[in-house]
Amino acid sequence: MKIHEYQAKALLVQYGISVPKGKVAFSPSEAREIAAEIGNKAVIKAQVYGGGRGKAGGIKKVNNSEEAERAASQLIGTRLVTHQTGPEGVPVSKVLVEEASDVARELYLSILVDGTSRLPVMMASEAGGMEIEEVAQSAPEKIFKSYIDPAIGFQPFHSRKLAYGMNLDGGQIGEATRLMTNLYKLFIDKDCSLAEINPLVVTADEKLLALDAKLNFDDNALYRHKDIQELQDKEQEEPLEIQARDWGINNYVKMDGDIGCMVNGAGLAMAVNDLIQYCGGRAANFLDIGTLNNTERVVNSFKMFIADPRIKAVLVNIFGGMARVDVIAKGIVEAYQQMDIRFPVVVRLAGTNLEEGQRILAESEVSFIQAKDFYDGAHKVVEAAKGAMK
Amino acid sequence: MSILVDEGTRLLVQGITGSEGSFHTQRCIEYGTKVVAGVTPGKGGSQYLGVPVFNTVEKAMAETGANASLMFVPPAFAADGILEAIDAGMSLVVCITEGIPVLDMVKVHRYLKGESTRLIGPNCPGIMSPGKCKAGIMVGEIHLPGSVGVVSRSGTLTYDVVSQLTSLGIGQSTCVGIGGDALPGSTFVDILELFESDQDTKAVVLIGEIGGTMEQEAAEFINHKMAKPVVAFIAGSTAPPGRRMGHAGAIITGSAGKASEKIKALSQAGAIIAPNPAEVGLTAKKVVESL
Repeated sequence: MKIHEYQAKALLVQYGISVPKGKVAFSPSEAREIAAEIGNKAVIKAQVYGGGRGKAGGIKKVNNSEEAERAASQLIGTRLVTHQTGPEGVPVSKVLVEEASDVARELYLSILVDGTSRLPVMMASEAGGMEIEEVAQSAPEKIFKSYIDPAIGFQPFHSRKLAYGMNLDGGQIGEATRLMTNLYKLFIDKDCSLAEINPLVVTADEKLLALDAKLNFDDNALYRHKDIQELQDKEQEEPLEIQARDWGINNYVKMDGDIGCMVNGAGLAMAVNDLIQYCGGRAANFLDIGTLNNTERVVNSFKMFIADPRIKAVLVNIFGGMARVDVIAKGIVEAYQQMDIRFPVVVRLAGTNLEEGQRILAESEVSFIQAKDFYDGAHKVVEAAKGAMK
Repeated sequence: MSILVDEGTRLLVQGITGSEGSFHTQRCIEYGTKVVAGVTPGKGGSQYLGVPVFNTVEKAMAETGANASLMFVPPAFAADGILEAIDAGMSLVVCITEGIPVLDMVKVHRYLKGESTRLIGPNCPGIMSPGKCKAGIMVGEIHLPGSVGVVSRSGTLTYDVVSQLTSLGIGQSTCVGIGGDALPGSTFVDILELFESDQDTKAVVLIGEIGGTMEQEAAEFINHKMAKPVVAFIAGSTAPPGRRMGHAGAIITGSAGKASEKIKALSQAGAIIAPNPAEVGLTAKKVVESL
């Protein structure tokens, strides 16, 4: 799960990490008031999920409160398109108004869980303000890492390695150690999947300040963090994906094609989308229906396809293991009874309780296209989608 | 032969009395797996599905000689269940549970260091040695005893691939689902090592997906330490970057996480790449016939 920069900074402050003076504004007039309050010279930052805001025009420097109001009015109510958002962009409904900082150096600091060592790793670099992947490519010697054993936690030696690596001055080492220790505590306390301060700046008066902040959280651990769950901003998400979740379909991702897919299992669902492309079509979504005990999620998947005007044909591909084929078949029949389904539906079933599932479909009034295997299903749905286009 | 589980496996089920635990324990017993014990705290001393139930893993092992554990414990308690099994000295733990917090698994991995326990999963379908032992939730009937090893991050995609193999007459030595999480207990390399030294495995099918670098590490191993042929498929060529595709580990965060990068690494290491997910069986058949 992602949160906004202003929310991440509020968490940093809770953990004793300094951030620039500022406040979130929901209207241009509010932005003007905040700018006046903090002393006019300010930075106006669009609050959206996803990076690349600076290059996309989502961050504006202003010299007085009138300019702050104007900058905010140019951002609030628009959609910001960055290299991370896709062409339709994300809505901007609030801006962070912050005191402009006097920056001497831009550094980088982050924590994530490293898949190879299976340990949290804190990374630091004196090449701040750019994406760390770029630094890893162009100047890998500038990235320093401390792997943290959960049995001992974050220790001063971890931070010394990083702080000296960033060429901090002697007087700043103590402050850096406190900051890193606090960031690690936040990372662990809140089950973060990423805590990134980029840039972490050294100000002209030699203080360390988190100029930007990004916190992502482990979805699997959200059950124990009600406070974090409440920070979620649904407006930043794809409406079809919110709809899917409301209907109990947790693993739905909107894609850019016109073929609706309903599959059980994440790996199979990805493979179905790949195979559709191999056969010359494009999937409109990734949908892993998960394990079923009732027909409701099947019916709701069809509601999703009807709610999506792009859909020209649908492929149901189920390999019953934990999910039973007969339950899926009953769900398809119910969907046809409840809804006016006008697009062609290709059905490929295999696995647990297959005969019963086939019998249920055969005895129903449902007109569907039967597929004998995986490839046949993908091939037929691509043909069906082309036919529907005529 | 086979790897990890066989006729000698004496299975203990952690969470045997839960709905999924009991459903799948029954299927394992029907397949012929020796299920010798169950553990549900508070239900020790009772019998369930004809199996004695214990309060602790330690007691269950002492009384029944269980040497492998299959776990169906809910996500909030699963890491504790794995730690208990490691502490008791269990040699193999297969964790089916999906949704365990990553930082819980960091502790589990730390505790695994220096211990003899091998962990498979979490968030996996388990292990199947056809005709010998089913320690998992996969459909038994689609498997056929034989000499192709299968290792995969996926569940149902593996069932599809296994049924492709079986319908072409290609049997399997063992099928291992290592799971879809970001921090699996065993990696592709761990399982490839076992297949490489298993006398009756002649070739291996590897099913990877987007996210992480496990496939690249597998490519290194295949290139330098493996003589047996490997057929590979990577799911998620069409997945958008930055999005979690169902599995917690299936998210492209850097360029290494892309399907194309993994395919390139495996292909350069000499693995045979299946052109699409529906032709993995056929690709494996050609490889096996050429041996």
